Amino acid sequence: MKAKTIFLKAMLFLLPALAILFIFRFIPILYAFRISFYDWGIAGPRAFVGFANYLEVFRDAKFWQSLLNTFWYVATVLPGVVFISLFLAILLNQQIKMRGGFRTIYFLPDVTSIIAISVVWKWIYHPRIGIANYVLSLIGAGPFRWLEESRGIFEMMFQRNLPAALEGPSLALFSLSLMTIWKSLGYNVLIYLAGLQNIPNHYYESAKIDGASRWQTFRHITWPLLSPTTFYIFIMTTITSFQVFAPVWMMTGPPAGGPLGTTNVIVYYLYDMAFNYSKYGYGTAIAFVLFLIILALTAVQKKYGERGVHYE
Amino acid sequence: MNKLKKNLPLLMTYAVLIIGALTILFPFFWMLSTSLKTPIESVKFPPTFIPENPQFSNYSEAWSQVNFTRYFINTIIITVCELAGVLLTSILAAYAFARFNFRGREFVFTALLGIMMIPMPVYIVPGYMMLQKFGWIDTYYAQVVPWLANVFSIFLLRQHFKTIPNDLYDAAVIDGYSDLGFLFKIVVPLSKPALVTISIFTALSSWNSFIWPLVVTNSDSIRPVQVGLAYFIQEQSTSYTLLMAASTFVILPLIVLFFIAQKQIVASYSRSGLKD
Repeated sequence: MKAKTIFLKAMLFLLPALAILFIFRFIPILYAFRISFYDWGIAGPRAFVGFANYLEVFRDAKFWQSLLNTFWYVATVLPGVVFISLFLAILLNQQIKMRGGFRTIYFLPDVTSIIAISVVWKWIYHPRIGIANYVLSLIGAGPFRWLEESRGIFEMMFQRNLPAALEGPSLALFSLSLMTIWKSLGYNVLIYLAGLQNIPNHYYESAKIDGASRWQTFRHITWPLLSPTTFYIFIMTTITSFQVFAPVWMMTGPPAGGPLGTTNVIVYYLYDMAFNYSKYGYGTAIAFVLFLIILALTAVQKKYGERGVHYE
Repeated sequence: MNKLKKNLPLLMTYAVLIIGALTILFPFFWMLSTSLKTPIESVKFPPTFIPENPQFSNYSEAWSQVNFTRYFINTIIITVCELAGVLLTSILAAYAFARFNFRGREFVFTALLGIMMIPMPVYIVPGYMMLQKFGWIDTYYAQVVPWLANVFSIFLLRQHFKTIPNDLYDAAVIDGYSDLGFLFKIVVPLSKPALVTISIFTALSSWNSFIWPLVVTNSDSIRPVQVGLAYFIQEQSTSYTLLMAASTFVILPLIVLFFIAQKQIVASYSRSGLKD
């Protein structure tokens, strides 16, 4: 076949997918870029403002707070997800009866809707009659105000006033992190199990012959050989938790993002700006800043993370 | 004594796994339990775990307070259309990438990768404005058409299609198959696991999608179940018995589906994490 015929044929097969992606992804992304340089409201573009939206983003104290909140959210979800799911996966990767059953149960929250689950957790976290406070009261802890608590968790832990940057995420935000860890654990257990099963058995056999302890085996065989999996989980969890939205919308406030703006994360903030205040230009500028942050973080993780990755 | 010492690690393992499982299951249990209580029992403190007098009427009451029948029908319509569309567009596109060595292939492929990396928050505002221009706000179109293709499915299928040997294609051509015939009669039946995987991902993300339909719908009659539930929750913010009943019937179809297709779902998700 001639190159031209092949090209035409390929294009025919690609047409449906490319048309959709071009119209509903590519054009909106370009359009977003344009909007972000305008003072743009419901009535359309009012004025070209150059980089003013972007400059305003950097001067906006609320934006910085939303960035810090998002950062805390990611920083609490990430280690929780990685360590707990790795731990459970290692336990499951033994001669365990009912392994499939456990795996299924752990995975259950992942397939359920975040909206329904959010309201269930809001009920669990109820400040007066919630079951979380009841359970804690049995061991003499609490009660906490959970989603209504604006104090930072480190501040609460050490019971003294700390500089703002060291207060930690508010308990309200941390409550969201806990729910997220609960919800995303199963998927990551699954991924780790797949990773563990890819480690050839002879490594463990030779470690046994050399008399390595459990910890040594983990430290020198399992962990390094799992590093591609850990790396994948790291990047995916970072990307998705940077974009958290629904739990904030569902569980916090009113107004959402509260108490005192401590659960106002970036995507909620840009949604608020665009759809509640009709500042399309400004909201879109925030979205691009978010994209750049994610891109930069992924690049950094790739650069420094991959150094620590051992492929077999 | 020795036997205990030997079995202790295993016992500990089971203990930890069981505690983990109970922690995962507890919120579901609590949802069910609350959904069957009377309003008075639900606010008792200390709480009761098993409802004294199960109120199954909570379910019918929650169902009829807002139009859940409509919401479910909407979600089913949206999910089915989206699934059919994604399967069709991805099969065709993945075949083009896997089979034809056309000029610009790498370029188009890289461009798609780039699109996949850009998060939804970037294009949600202009997407909304565009749908407004189309006059599509508050229609099924706005919820379905933008999602009729996705890059992830195309990539996953392409990987699979590439493993199908060329000889098979040559043989099919000799037998008089066209490309379309070869694709749908031979390649597609050979790719069931990959197709199941993308179907599961597409159906779940469509069923559970929230922010997009939240933005592009205004009226009750067009809303999918997630958005309907979200508004129901906001309006009903105090009667937790009804909220838990509503959450239960929104979650239930997914749990049932999960138990039916458990093996495929687990396999699909495990596959998604391997380097693709």
